[in-house]
Amino acid sequence: MNGSRTSLLARFLALAAAGLAVGGCSIEPWVKPYERDHLADPIMSFDRDPVSSAYTGHVYEAREGARGATGGGGGGCGCN
Amino acid sequence: MKRSFLIALLSLVVVRAGYAGVLPEDRADVLVHSYDGGGVTIQGPSLLVRKQFAQQFSVSANHYVDKVNSASIDVVTTASPYEEERTQNSVGLDYLHDRWMMNIGFTNSEENDYTADTFNFGISQDIFGDLTTVSLGYSLGNDTVGRRGDANFREETERQNYRLGVSQILTKNLLLGLSWETITDEGFLNNPYRQVRYADPTTPQGYSYEREVYPRTRSSDAGSIRLRYYMPWRAALYADYRKYGDTWDIGADTFEVGYAHPIDLGWTFEGKFRTYSQNHADFYSDLFPRSQYQNFMARDKELSTFTSQTIRLSASYDIMRGGWKFVERGTLNVILDHMMFDYEDFRDLRVTGVPVGTEPFYSFDANVLQVFLSFWF
Repeated sequence: MNGSRTSLLARFLALAAAGLAVGGCSIEPWVKPYERDHLADPIMSFDRDPVSSAYTGHVYEAREGARGATGGGGGGCGCN
Repeated sequence: MKRSFLIALLSLVVVRAGYAGVLPEDRADVLVHSYDGGGVTIQGPSLLVRKQFAQQFSVSANHYVDKVNSASIDVVTTASPYEEERTQNSVGLDYLHDRWMMNIGFTNSEENDYTADTFNFGISQDIFGDLTTVSLGYSLGNDTVGRRGDANFREETERQNYRLGVSQILTKNLLLGLSWETITDEGFLNNPYRQVRYADPTTPQGYSYEREVYPRTRSSDAGSIRLRYYMPWRAALYADYRKYGDTWDIGADTFEVGYAHPIDLGWTFEGKFRTYSQNHADFYSDLFPRSQYQNFMARDKELSTFTSQTIRLSASYDIMRGGWKFVERGTLNVILDHMMFDYEDFRDLRVTGVPVGTEPFYSFDANVLQVFLSFWF
Protein backbone atom coordinates (compact mmCIF):
# COMPACT_ATOMS: atom_id res chain seq x y z
CA MET A 1 0.00 0.00 0.00
CA ASN A 2 2.67 2.42 1.09
CA GLY A 3 4.92 1.32 -1.74
CA SER A 4 2.34 1.99 -4.42
CA ARG A 5 1.67 5.46 -2.99
CA THR A 6 5.36 6.34 -2.96
CA SER A 7 5.79 4.96 -6.44
CA LEU A 8 2.91 7.11 -7.68
CA LEU A 9 4.48 10.19 -6.14
CA ALA A 10 7.85 9.29 -7.69
CA ARG A 11 6.25 9.08 -11.13
CA PHE A 12 4.55 12.41 -10.56
CA LEU A 13 7.87 14.01 -9.63
CA ALA A 14 9.61 12.50 -12.65
CA LEU A 15 6.88 13.92 -14.90
CA ALA A 16 7.23 17.31 -13.26
CA ALA A 17 11.00 17.18 -13.78
CA ALA A 18 10.55 16.31 -17.45
CA GLY A 19 8.10 19.18 -17.86
CA LEU A 20 10.51 21.63 -16.32
CA ALA A 21 13.37 20.37 -18.48
CA VAL A 22 11.41 20.86 -21.68
CA GLY A 23 9.56 24.06 -21.00
CA GLY A 24 11.37 25.89 -18.25
CA CYS A 25 13.52 28.14 -20.40
CA SER A 26 11.07 29.10 -23.07
CA ILE A 27 8.12 30.49 -21.09
CA GLU A 28 7.59 34.23 -21.28
CA PRO A 29 6.14 35.44 -17.97
CA TRP A 30 2.58 36.62 -18.59
CA VAL A 31 2.63 38.73 -15.42
CA LYS A 32 5.62 41.08 -15.68
CA PRO A 33 7.75 41.86 -12.61
CA TYR A 34 6.45 45.47 -12.56
CA GLU A 35 2.85 44.15 -12.44
CA ARG A 36 3.35 42.25 -9.19
CA ASP A 37 2.90 44.98 -6.59
CA HIS A 38 -0.47 43.58 -5.49
CA LEU A 39 0.99 40.08 -5.15
CA ALA A 40 3.87 41.45 -3.05
CA ASP A 41 1.49 43.01 -0.51
CA PRO A 42 1.89 41.17 2.84
CA ILE A 43 -1.86 40.45 2.95
CA MET A 44 -1.35 38.16 -0.09
CA SER A 45 1.24 35.99 1.66
CA PHE A 46 0.34 32.32 2.17
CA ASP A 47 2.18 32.47 5.51
CA ARG A 48 2.26 36.04 6.79
CA ASP A 49 3.14 35.19 10.42
CA PRO A 50 5.06 31.89 10.66
CA VAL A 51 5.09 31.93 14.48
CA SER A 52 1.28 32.01 14.48
CA SER A 53 0.68 29.54 11.64
CA ALA A 54 3.00 26.99 13.28
CA TYR A 55 0.99 27.24 16.50
CA THR A 56 -2.36 27.04 14.70
CA GLY A 57 -1.18 23.98 12.78
CA HIS A 58 -0.19 22.31 16.04
CA VAL A 59 -3.63 23.04 17.57
CA TYR A 60 -5.38 21.31 14.68
CA GLU A 61 -2.97 18.41 14.34
CA ALA A 62 -3.38 17.50 18.02
CA ARG A 63 -7.18 17.30 17.69
CA GLU A 64 -7.80 15.93 14.21
CA GLY A 65 -6.97 12.68 12.45
CA ALA A 66 -5.78 14.43 9.28
CA ARG A 67 -2.26 15.82 8.90
CA GLY A 68 0.06 17.31 6.31
CA ALA A 69 -0.15 19.51 3.19
CA THR A 70 -0.64 22.68 5.22
CA GLY A 71 2.37 24.41 3.71
CA GLY A 72 4.43 24.41 6.93
CA GLY A 73 7.63 22.62 7.86
CA GLY A 74 5.96 19.76 9.71
CA GLY A 75 7.32 17.26 12.16
CA GLY A 76 8.19 17.27 15.83
CA CYS A 77 4.66 17.41 17.11
CA GLY A 78 4.89 15.11 20.13
CA CYS A 79 1.14 15.55 20.44
CA ASN A 80 -0.42 12.20 21.23
CA MET B 1 10.10 2.59 -3.48
CA LYS B 2 11.79 5.19 -1.33
CA ARG B 3 14.82 5.01 -3.63
CA SER B 4 12.73 5.77 -6.71
CA PHE B 5 11.14 8.69 -4.87
CA LEU B 6 14.55 10.12 -3.97
CA ILE B 7 15.83 9.71 -7.55
CA ALA B 8 12.81 11.59 -8.85
CA LEU B 9 13.26 14.25 -6.17
CA LEU B 10 16.90 14.76 -7.06
CA SER B 11 16.16 14.87 -10.79
CA LEU B 12 13.62 17.61 -10.18
CA VAL B 13 16.16 19.61 -8.24
CA VAL B 14 19.03 19.12 -10.67
CA VAL B 15 17.05 19.80 -13.83
CA ARG B 16 16.34 23.42 -13.08
CA ALA B 17 18.94 24.90 -10.79
CA GLY B 18 18.58 28.48 -11.92
CA TYR B 19 16.37 31.52 -11.10
CA ALA B 20 16.05 33.83 -8.25
CA GLY B 21 15.27 33.19 -4.65
CA VAL B 22 14.95 35.60 -1.77
CA LEU B 23 15.98 34.89 1.80
CA PRO B 24 13.27 35.33 4.46
CA GLU B 25 13.12 38.72 6.18
CA ASP B 26 15.01 39.45 9.41
CA ARG B 27 12.32 39.26 12.03
CA ALA B 28 11.58 38.55 15.70
CA ASP B 29 8.23 37.39 17.12
CA VAL B 30 7.15 37.07 20.75
CA LEU B 31 3.88 35.18 21.11
CA VAL B 32 1.75 34.01 24.02
CA HIS B 33 -0.94 31.44 23.34
CA SER B 34 -3.91 30.13 25.29
CA TYR B 35 -6.21 27.19 24.53
CA ASP B 36 -9.30 26.61 26.68
CA GLY B 37 -11.86 23.95 25.86
CA GLY B 38 -13.18 20.49 26.72
CA GLY B 39 -11.71 20.64 30.25
CA VAL B 40 -8.21 21.34 28.91
CA THR B 41 -6.21 24.54 29.23
CA ILE B 42 -2.87 24.96 27.47
CA GLN B 43 -0.78 28.10 27.69
CA GLY B 44 2.75 29.18 26.94
CA PRO B 45 5.07 31.36 24.93
CA SER B 46 6.65 31.00 21.50
CA LEU B 47 9.73 33.04 20.53
CA LEU B 48 10.93 33.06 16.93
CA VAL B 49 13.98 34.94 15.64
CA ARG B 50 15.36 34.98 12.12
CA LYS B 51 18.50 36.79 10.91
CA GLN B 52 20.45 36.92 7.66
CA PHE B 53 24.23 36.80 7.57
CA ALA B 54 27.00 36.65 4.96
CA GLN B 55 24.45 37.62 2.28
CA GLN B 56 23.60 34.00 1.42
CA PHE B 57 22.44 32.63 4.76
CA SER B 58 19.52 33.07 7.13
CA VAL B 59 19.40 31.41 10.52
CA SER B 60 16.27 30.92 12.65
CA ALA B 61 15.55 29.72 16.16
CA ASN B 62 12.28 28.98 17.93
CA HIS B 63 11.51 28.26 21.59
CA TYR B 64 8.01 27.03 22.31
CA VAL B 65 6.27 25.87 25.50
CA ASP B 66 2.93 24.15 26.21
CA LYS B 67 1.80 24.14 29.85
CA VAL B 68 -1.08 21.67 30.01
CA ASN B 69 -3.81 21.29 32.63
CA SER B 70 -5.99 18.42 31.52
CA ALA B 71 -9.35 17.27 32.80
CA SER B 72 -10.52 16.20 29.34
CA ILE B 73 -13.41 13.80 28.74
CA ASP B 74 -10.90 10.90 28.47
CA VAL B 75 -9.19 11.89 31.68
CA VAL B 76 -12.29 12.41 33.84
CA THR B 77 -13.86 9.10 32.73
CA THR B 78 -10.79 6.85 32.95
CA ALA B 79 -8.01 8.60 34.96
CA SER B 80 -7.20 11.64 37.11
CA PRO B 81 -6.64 15.22 35.98
CA TYR B 82 -2.97 16.01 35.38
CA GLU B 83 -0.53 18.81 34.62
CA GLU B 84 2.45 18.60 32.31
CA GLU B 85 4.77 20.75 30.25
CA ARG B 86 6.16 20.33 26.74
CA THR B 87 9.15 22.32 25.57
CA GLN B 88 10.14 22.49 21.93
CA ASN B 89 13.30 24.05 20.49
CA SER B 90 14.06 24.41 16.79
CA VAL B 91 16.95 25.76 14.77
CA GLY B 92 17.05 26.24 11.02
CA LEU B 93 19.41 27.44 8.33
CA ASP B 94 18.49 28.74 4.87
CA TYR B 95 21.12 28.92 2.16
CA LEU B 96 20.67 30.92 -1.03
CA HIS B 97 23.02 29.71 -3.75
CA ASP B 98 23.04 31.10 -7.25
CA ARG B 99 19.32 30.98 -7.89
CA TRP B 100 17.95 28.26 -5.64
CA MET B 101 17.41 28.01 -1.91
CA MET B 102 17.99 25.15 0.48
CA ASN B 103 17.02 24.82 4.12
CA ILE B 104 17.85 22.42 6.90
CA GLY B 105 16.45 22.32 10.39
CA PHE B 106 16.31 20.38 13.60
CA THR B 107 13.55 20.28 16.22
CA ASN B 108 13.56 18.73 19.67
CA SER B 109 10.40 18.31 21.73
CA GLU B 110 10.54 17.18 25.36
CA GLU B 111 7.86 16.06 27.81
CA ASN B 112 8.34 14.01 30.93
CA ASP B 113 7.09 10.94 29.04
CA TYR B 114 7.77 11.79 25.38
CA THR B 115 10.80 12.93 23.37
CA ALA B 116 10.67 13.79 19.67
CA ASP B 117 13.63 14.71 17.46
CA THR B 118 13.00 15.79 13.87
CA PHE B 119 15.41 16.63 11.09
CA ASN B 120 14.08 18.70 8.13
CA PHE B 121 15.52 19.25 4.69
CA GLY B 122 13.98 21.35 1.92
CA ILE B 123 14.82 22.94 -1.38
CA SER B 124 12.92 25.47 -3.49
CA GLN B 125 13.40 27.50 -6.59
CA ASP B 126 11.57 29.98 -8.79
CA ILE B 127 11.05 28.99 -12.40
CA PHE B 128 9.13 30.09 -15.50
CA GLY B 129 10.23 33.71 -15.18
CA ASP B 130 9.59 33.60 -11.43
CA LEU B 131 5.90 32.87 -11.96
CA THR B 132 6.23 29.47 -10.31
CA THR B 133 7.97 28.37 -7.13
CA VAL B 134 8.56 24.65 -6.65
CA SER B 135 9.54 23.32 -3.24
CA LEU B 136 10.45 19.86 -2.04
CA GLY B 137 10.87 18.76 1.54
CA TYR B 138 11.76 15.74 3.63
CA SER B 139 11.58 15.21 7.39
CA LEU B 140 12.80 12.33 9.50
CA GLY B 141 11.54 12.09 13.06
CA ASN B 142 12.40 9.73 15.89
CA ASP B 143 10.19 9.67 18.96
CA THR B 144 10.75 7.93 22.28
CA VAL B 145 7.57 7.18 24.19
CA GLY B 146 7.47 6.54 27.93
CA ARG B 147 4.73 6.01 30.51
CA ARG B 148 4.59 7.78 33.86
CA GLY B 149 4.80 5.35 36.74
CA ASP B 150 6.21 2.58 34.56
CA ALA B 151 10.00 2.83 34.32
CA ASN B 152 10.18 -0.30 32.17
CA PHE B 153 7.94 1.09 29.42
CA ARG B 154 9.89 2.49 26.48
CA GLU B 155 8.81 2.49 22.84
CA GLU B 156 10.13 4.07 19.65
CA THR B 157 8.47 5.65 16.63
CA GLU B 158 9.96 6.71 13.31
CA ARG B 159 8.22 9.28 11.10
CA GLN B 160 9.05 10.35 7.56
CA ASN B 161 7.43 13.24 5.69
CA TYR B 162 7.73 13.85 1.95
CA ARG B 163 6.48 17.26 0.81
CA LEU B 164 5.93 18.79 -2.62
CA GLY B 165 4.68 22.34 -3.08
CA VAL B 166 3.99 24.59 -6.03
CA SER B 167 3.14 28.28 -5.78
CA GLN B 168 1.91 29.81 -9.02
CA ILE B 169 1.16 33.39 -10.10
CA LEU B 170 -1.98 33.08 -12.23
CA THR B 171 -2.74 36.77 -12.82
CA LYS B 172 -1.50 40.03 -11.35
CA ASN B 173 -4.20 39.63 -8.67
CA LEU B 174 -4.42 35.85 -8.19
CA LEU B 175 -2.07 33.34 -6.53
CA LEU B 176 -2.43 29.55 -6.52
CA GLY B 177 -0.75 27.18 -4.06
CA LEU B 178 -0.67 23.38 -4.42
CA SER B 179 0.72 21.05 -1.75
CA TRP B 180 1.15 17.31 -1.43
CA GLU B 181 2.45 15.50 1.62
CA THR B 182 2.97 11.80 2.26
CA ILE B 183 3.72 10.76 5.83
CA THR B 184 4.77 7.31 6.99
CA ASP B 185 4.92 6.24 10.64
CA GLU B 186 6.37 3.08 12.05
CA GLY B 187 6.54 1.99 15.68
CA PHE B 188 4.41 2.70 18.75
CA LEU B 189 1.59 4.94 17.51
CA ASN B 190 -1.03 4.86 20.25
CA ASN B 191 -1.31 6.78 23.47
CA PRO B 192 0.17 4.69 26.33
CA TYR B 193 -2.56 5.84 28.72
CA ARG B 194 -5.76 5.82 26.69
CA GLN B 195 -8.20 2.95 27.01
CA VAL B 196 -11.00 1.38 24.99
CA ARG B 197 -14.44 0.54 26.35
CA TYR B 198 -16.07 -2.88 25.96
CA ALA B 199 -19.41 -4.28 27.05
CA ASP B 200 -19.14 -6.13 30.37
CA PRO B 201 -22.45 -7.28 31.91
CA THR B 202 -20.63 -8.37 35.09
CA THR B 203 -20.08 -4.74 36.16
CA PRO B 204 -22.80 -2.43 37.57
CA GLN B 205 -22.25 0.15 34.82
CA GLY B 206 -22.31 -2.51 32.07
CA TYR B 207 -18.86 -1.84 30.60
CA SER B 208 -15.16 -2.00 31.42
CA TYR B 209 -11.91 -0.58 30.04
CA GLU B 210 -8.70 -2.06 28.69
CA ARG B 211 -5.66 -0.59 26.95
CA GLU B 212 -6.03 0.42 23.34
CA VAL B 213 -3.88 -1.26 20.66
CA TYR B 214 -3.03 0.44 17.36
CA PRO B 215 -1.32 -0.92 14.26
CA ARG B 216 2.43 -0.22 14.24
CA THR B 217 2.41 1.39 10.80
CA ARG B 218 0.48 4.24 9.24
CA SER B 219 0.80 5.95 5.89
CA SER B 220 -1.14 9.05 4.88
CA ASP B 221 -1.53 11.26 1.83
CA ALA B 222 -2.82 14.82 1.85
CA GLY B 223 -3.26 17.20 -1.06
CA SER B 224 -4.32 20.82 -0.84
CA ILE B 225 -5.16 23.73 -3.10
CA ARG B 226 -5.04 27.36 -1.97
CA LEU B 227 -6.13 30.50 -3.77
CA ARG B 228 -5.52 34.15 -2.80
CA TYR B 229 -7.15 36.99 -4.69
CA TYR B 230 -6.34 40.70 -4.42
CA MET B 231 -9.61 42.63 -4.43
CA PRO B 232 -10.20 45.76 -6.53
CA TRP B 233 -9.52 47.66 -3.29
CA ARG B 234 -6.64 46.84 -0.92
CA ALA B 235 -7.86 43.56 0.60
CA ALA B 236 -7.33 39.83 0.09
CA LEU B 237 -9.92 37.08 -0.28
CA TYR B 238 -8.70 33.50 0.10
CA ALA B 239 -9.94 29.92 0.04
CA ASP B 240 -8.20 26.63 0.85
CA TYR B 241 -9.24 23.00 0.42
CA ARG B 242 -7.45 19.88 1.64
CA LYS B 243 -8.26 16.21 0.95
CA TYR B 244 -6.82 13.57 3.26
CA GLY B 245 -6.69 9.76 3.36
CA ASP B 246 -4.64 7.14 5.22
CA THR B 247 -4.11 3.42 5.66
CA TRP B 248 -6.22 3.46 8.83
CA ASP B 249 -9.16 4.28 6.57
CA ILE B 250 -9.57 7.82 7.89
CA GLY B 251 -10.74 10.24 5.23
CA ALA B 252 -11.06 13.96 5.86
CA ASP B 253 -11.96 17.21 4.12
CA THR B 254 -10.91 20.68 5.24
CA PHE B 255 -12.24 23.89 3.75
CA GLU B 256 -11.33 27.47 4.67
CA VAL B 257 -12.41 30.85 3.42
CA GLY B 258 -11.15 34.18 4.71
CA TYR B 259 -10.84 37.89 4.11
CA ALA B 260 -8.06 40.30 5.16
CA HIS B 261 -8.70 44.04 5.06
CA PRO B 262 -6.15 46.74 5.97
CA ILE B 263 -7.44 50.20 6.77
CA ASP B 264 -5.73 53.53 7.30
CA LEU B 265 -3.94 54.28 10.59
CA GLY B 266 -2.05 50.98 10.47
CA TRP B 267 -4.79 48.45 11.23
CA THR B 268 -5.41 45.13 9.43
CA PHE B 269 -8.51 43.10 10.25
CA GLU B 270 -9.10 39.51 9.20
CA GLY B 271 -11.95 37.01 9.44
CA LYS B 272 -11.89 33.32 8.57
CA PHE B 273 -14.22 30.33 8.61
CA ARG B 274 -12.85 26.78 8.63
CA THR B 275 -14.80 23.56 8.49
CA TYR B 276 -13.38 20.07 8.96
CA SER B 277 -14.95 16.61 8.77
CA GLN B 278 -13.57 13.09 9.02
CA ASN B 279 -14.77 9.50 9.19
CA HIS B 280 -13.47 7.09 11.80
CA ALA B 281 -10.48 4.74 11.63
CA ASP B 282 -11.43 1.17 10.75
CA PHE B 283 -10.39 -0.10 14.21
CA TYR B 284 -12.25 2.63 16.15
CA SER B 285 -15.33 1.93 18.23
CA ASP B 286 -16.99 3.74 21.09
CA LEU B 287 -18.04 0.39 22.58
CA PHE B 288 -16.52 -2.96 21.62
CA PRO B 289 -18.76 -6.04 22.10
CA ARG B 290 -16.25 -7.75 24.40
CA SER B 291 -12.70 -7.66 25.75
CA GLN B 292 -9.97 -8.11 23.10
CA TYR B 293 -12.65 -8.18 20.42
CA GLN B 294 -10.13 -7.64 17.61
CA ASN B 295 -6.37 -7.20 17.09
CA PHE B 296 -6.47 -3.41 16.92
CA MET B 297 -8.83 -1.35 19.03
CA ALA B 298 -9.08 2.40 19.61
CA ARG B 299 -11.43 4.77 21.39
CA ASP B 300 -9.51 7.94 20.69
CA LYS B 301 -11.96 10.70 19.75
CA GLU B 302 -9.40 12.07 17.28
CA LEU B 303 -9.92 8.82 15.32
CA SER B 304 -13.75 8.95 15.51
CA THR B 305 -16.26 10.41 13.06
CA PHE B 306 -16.72 14.10 13.76
CA THR B 307 -17.00 17.60 12.35
CA SER B 308 -15.51 20.83 13.60
CA GLN B 309 -15.93 24.47 12.70
CA THR B 310 -13.65 27.38 13.53
CA ILE B 311 -14.45 31.08 13.36
CA ARG B 312 -11.42 33.39 13.45
CA LEU B 313 -11.26 37.11 14.09
CA SER B 314 -7.92 38.88 14.13
CA ALA B 315 -6.50 42.38 14.27
CA SER B 316 -3.01 43.65 13.61
CA TYR B 317 -1.78 47.15 14.46
CA ASP B 318 1.37 48.74 13.06
CA ILE B 319 3.05 50.12 16.19
CA MET B 320 6.22 51.52 14.58
CA ARG B 321 5.32 52.87 11.19
CA GLY B 322 8.38 55.09 11.03
CA GLY B 323 10.73 52.59 12.64
CA TRP B 324 12.76 53.01 15.82
CA LYS B 325 16.57 52.76 16.03
CA PHE B 326 17.50 49.48 14.29
CA VAL B 327 13.85 48.30 14.12
CA GLU B 328 12.28 49.01 10.73
CA ARG B 329 8.71 48.28 11.76
CA GLY B 330 6.67 46.43 14.35
CA THR B 331 3.16 45.06 14.75
CA LEU B 332 0.93 44.03 17.65
CA ASN B 333 -1.38 41.15 16.72
CA VAL B 334 -4.39 39.53 18.38
CA ILE B 335 -6.01 36.37 16.97
CA LEU B 336 -9.08 34.69 18.46
CA ASP B 337 -10.35 31.33 17.23
CA HIS B 338 -13.64 29.85 18.41
CA MET B 339 -13.73 26.10 17.68
CA MET B 340 -16.77 23.80 17.84
CA PHE B 341 -16.42 20.00 17.83
CA ASP B 342 -19.36 17.62 17.29
CA TYR B 343 -18.70 13.89 17.57
CA GLU B 344 -20.91 11.38 15.80
CA ASP B 345 -19.74 8.08 17.35
CA PHE B 346 -17.96 9.13 20.54
CA ARG B 347 -20.27 9.15 23.53
CA ASP B 348 -20.23 11.29 26.67
CA LEU B 349 -19.69 8.79 29.51
CA ARG B 350 -20.19 11.45 32.16
CA VAL B 351 -23.89 10.80 31.56
CA THR B 352 -24.97 7.79 33.61
CA GLY B 353 -28.27 6.02 34.25
CA VAL B 354 -28.94 5.22 30.59
CA PRO B 355 -28.48 1.87 28.79
CA VAL B 356 -24.89 1.17 27.74
CA GLY B 357 -24.17 2.57 24.29
CA THR B 358 -27.03 5.09 24.33
CA GLU B 359 -25.21 7.92 26.11
CA PRO B 360 -25.44 11.24 24.23
CA PHE B 361 -22.73 12.05 21.70
CA TYR B 362 -19.95 14.27 23.01
CA SER B 363 -19.39 17.85 21.86
CA PHE B 364 -17.38 20.78 23.11
CA ASP B 365 -16.29 24.32 22.24
CA ALA B 366 -12.82 25.81 22.63
CA ASN B 367 -11.40 29.33 22.51
CA VAL B 368 -7.86 29.81 21.26
CA LEU B 369 -6.15 33.16 21.81
CA GLN B 370 -2.84 34.33 20.36
CA VAL B 371 -1.26 37.69 21.20
CA PHE B 372 2.08 38.51 19.62
CA LEU B 373 4.54 41.28 18.85
CA SER B 374 6.52 41.18 15.60
CA PHE B 375 9.58 43.25 14.76
CA TRP B 376 11.41 43.57 11.44
CA PHE B 377 15.01 44.79 11.57
